[in-house]
Amino acid sequence: MRPLAVVRRYVGRWGLIAALAALPIYYGISDLTNGYQAGLVAGHPLIHYDLAKLGFNFAEGLSNGAIWALIAIGYTLVYGIIELINFAHGDVFMIGSFTAVGLWGTLGLGLTTGALGLIGGLVITLIITMIVTGSLNVLIERVAYRPLRNAPKLAALITAVGFSFILQNVGLIWRGGSPQSVSDLIHGQQTVFTIAGVPILRSYILAFAVMVPLVITLTWFINRTRAGRAMRATAQDPEAARLMGINVNATISLTFLLGGMLAGAAGLVYALYETNIWYFQGFKAGLIAFTAAVMGGIGNVRGAVLGGLIIGVIQSLCDSRLGPQWTEAVVFGYLIAIMVLRPRGLLGEETREAG
Amino acid sequence: MSELRAQLREWRAAVQKRLPPWWSRALAGSLIAIGIVLPFLFSSSSGFMNATIIAVTYAVMSLGLNVVVGFAGLLDLGYVAFYALGAYSLGWFGSGFFFKEHIHVLVSPIASTLQGVHLNFILILISAAIICAVAGALIGLPTLRLRGDYIAIVTLAFGEIIGVLAVNGQSVRIGSGGMTLTAGNLGISAVDAPYFPGIGSFSLLDLRPWYWLIFAILLVVLFVNLRLRDSRLGRAWVALREDEIAAVSMGIPLVRTKLLAYSIGAAFGGMSGAFFGTYYTVVNAGQFQFGFSIFILAMVIIGGLGSIWGAIIGGLTLGYINNYLIPDVLNGLPSHFGLNFQLTQVEFGIFGFLLVIMMVLRPQGLIPERRRRLELTAEIAAGDAQFMESPGTAGGAT
Repeated sequence: MRPLAVVRRYVGRWGLIAALAALPIYYGISDLTNGYQAGLVAGHPLIHYDLAKLGFNFAEGLSNGAIWALIAIGYTLVYGIIELINFAHGDVFMIGSFTAVGLWGTLGLGLTTGALGLIGGLVITLIITMIVTGSLNVLIERVAYRPLRNAPKLAALITAVGFSFILQNVGLIWRGGSPQSVSDLIHGQQTVFTIAGVPILRSYILAFAVMVPLVITLTWFINRTRAGRAMRATAQDPEAARLMGINVNATISLTFLLGGMLAGAAGLVYALYETNIWYFQGFKAGLIAFTAAVMGGIGNVRGAVLGGLIIGVIQSLCDSRLGPQWTEAVVFGYLIAIMVLRPRGLLGEETREAG
Repeated sequence: MSELRAQLREWRAAVQKRLPPWWSRALAGSLIAIGIVLPFLFSSSSGFMNATIIAVTYAVMSLGLNVVVGFAGLLDLGYVAFYALGAYSLGWFGSGFFFKEHIHVLVSPIASTLQGVHLNFILILISAAIICAVAGALIGLPTLRLRGDYIAIVTLAFGEIIGVLAVNGQSVRIGSGGMTLTAGNLGISAVDAPYFPGIGSFSLLDLRPWYWLIFAILLVVLFVNLRLRDSRLGRAWVALREDEIAAVSMGIPLVRTKLLAYSIGAAFGGMSGAFFGTYYTVVNAGQFQFGFSIFILAMVIIGGLGSIWGAIIGGLTLGYINNYLIPDVLNGLPSHFGLNFQLTQVEFGIFGFLLVIMMVLRPQGLIPERRRRLELTAEIAAGDAQFMESPGTAGGAT
């Protein structure tokens, strides 16, 4: 324990940043010196010595990370206010994907829909999906967490896991046990423009076009409105907030509503981005997003976004360099390293739990 | 409602007063006797026998997890890792998987002619326990300074990493000559059945010896658990669970006590994992899913956190529900109502539902630990929610 404490003192935030930067720097140097295979020319491998591949990893990772960021905000909001890891959150995201795909089927969106109709349809889908997942999250809070507000904290964690399984099986019955491909409505693989040899695809633009406005609106809501102030007060001290006349239960419901809405938006983006959906997608996404929330500093919205983007880049680097089968292990390895070295995360405050 | 409960409590006290002082020993003895003769009541290869063997193995796992979560209050969501390591100990030391080696210790005449490492099942059990104990201590190290949910996340990550290693172990080469760490999703098959000199090899046509073997393991683990609970170590666990700061300032060694909880819990998981390996005759990476950790945790919770008898009852209950009630008895139920799925598909959903219902209605479990029951009733009397702080977060987390 004592050597560990010493290591922690010296490593701290900069150590974590160094550990995170190690991967891209290593691969960048390796690309420049050893080169990488960019394709085949007349049967011979074409070796490039530049940073375009790294740039591509970053573009892919950041846009993928935008989805994780949206989910991670839900974790971080809920943890900030009732200190519960909402295990069902990833599955709410999955339900969001399923709802969105169902809805655009109902609206008749297809590969041949015109640009205007497509955008209009997707905006309607986005709004309805966000309402559905937001209400679902509120419902889960009402049924599974509120009765246990005063029970041991373990109890709520276990009902969260229970609800996660229930939602997964709802998804399983809804759309079967194997991944389903959905139509690529936005033609996500088309290049919009190229920066320094890195193609920026439509799906990347979409991810940011949904994530950035939502995060800005959320930040405005939390920092500037009366309800947002109530949320911050409840997160700080529920008891004192109640004494000040804040309806704590309503505030907690509002938090779940916001988290669920963002998860729904992420679900829609995911379905368009990956063009396939699966009942199990929420479990993995939930774990990754939780890692992101912890990395950024749990309870901190900016941290969740930062963590999501970083995790996205780590994933994309591992996917293309080590092989996708090892990605999960690397991400979780980082999670354990963060837990050991800096439990409060990159931007987080010292918490009671992470002491 | 509370009057009824008080009445029941009175009756129970009255009954207990009239029983002779040796009644609990007699009860234990007769339960063991029933356990031993049970297989004679069913045909030796029936589905029920199979479900019983699996349920008893679950009970052993549940006892192991109960040490970590129940006694020491460290929420472990990666228990499947020890199932995996135990099963792989069997795959490594009880099959032809390491085909370059020729090591044979006390195995059946047939197995001793085969290539690979073949150890006697008892030796495999011991090595599984040791491997898992070391792994348990390793995963314990990073969680020492953490509390509550953070421990849960680290253990979960550890379980997932072991799962990824199991799936990708095919690409990890060991030594020369093409031996790998695991066989991934293909699975290590043709593992040895347990063999004891004088008894012979077990066969899947006759399930009774398997049952007696796992029942004996259960009894050993149960005995160790009972002795541990009342030992100095067991009391140290409870003290740490209830208030870490107070316990440490009273001189309880934090590192050693917590690591021992992880190690001992893991060792039991490893033993049952090794048994599952030989019973299922294959060690497949696909068996080691996160859902399994939750399944075992559900047994501990439903039985009653920290309660030894609760852990056994929880393991048996969920084992029977999972392996007998859902697949054999109720599986066709949804189709009676015109629903197009089978119950086995949604078994985890059913467990999720059970967990939610259980937590909302009876958070203390079926057979709550005496100490916790007292706490809960005392609290309700005092009407103070603050005492209800969970074991994992006790110690200044209110």
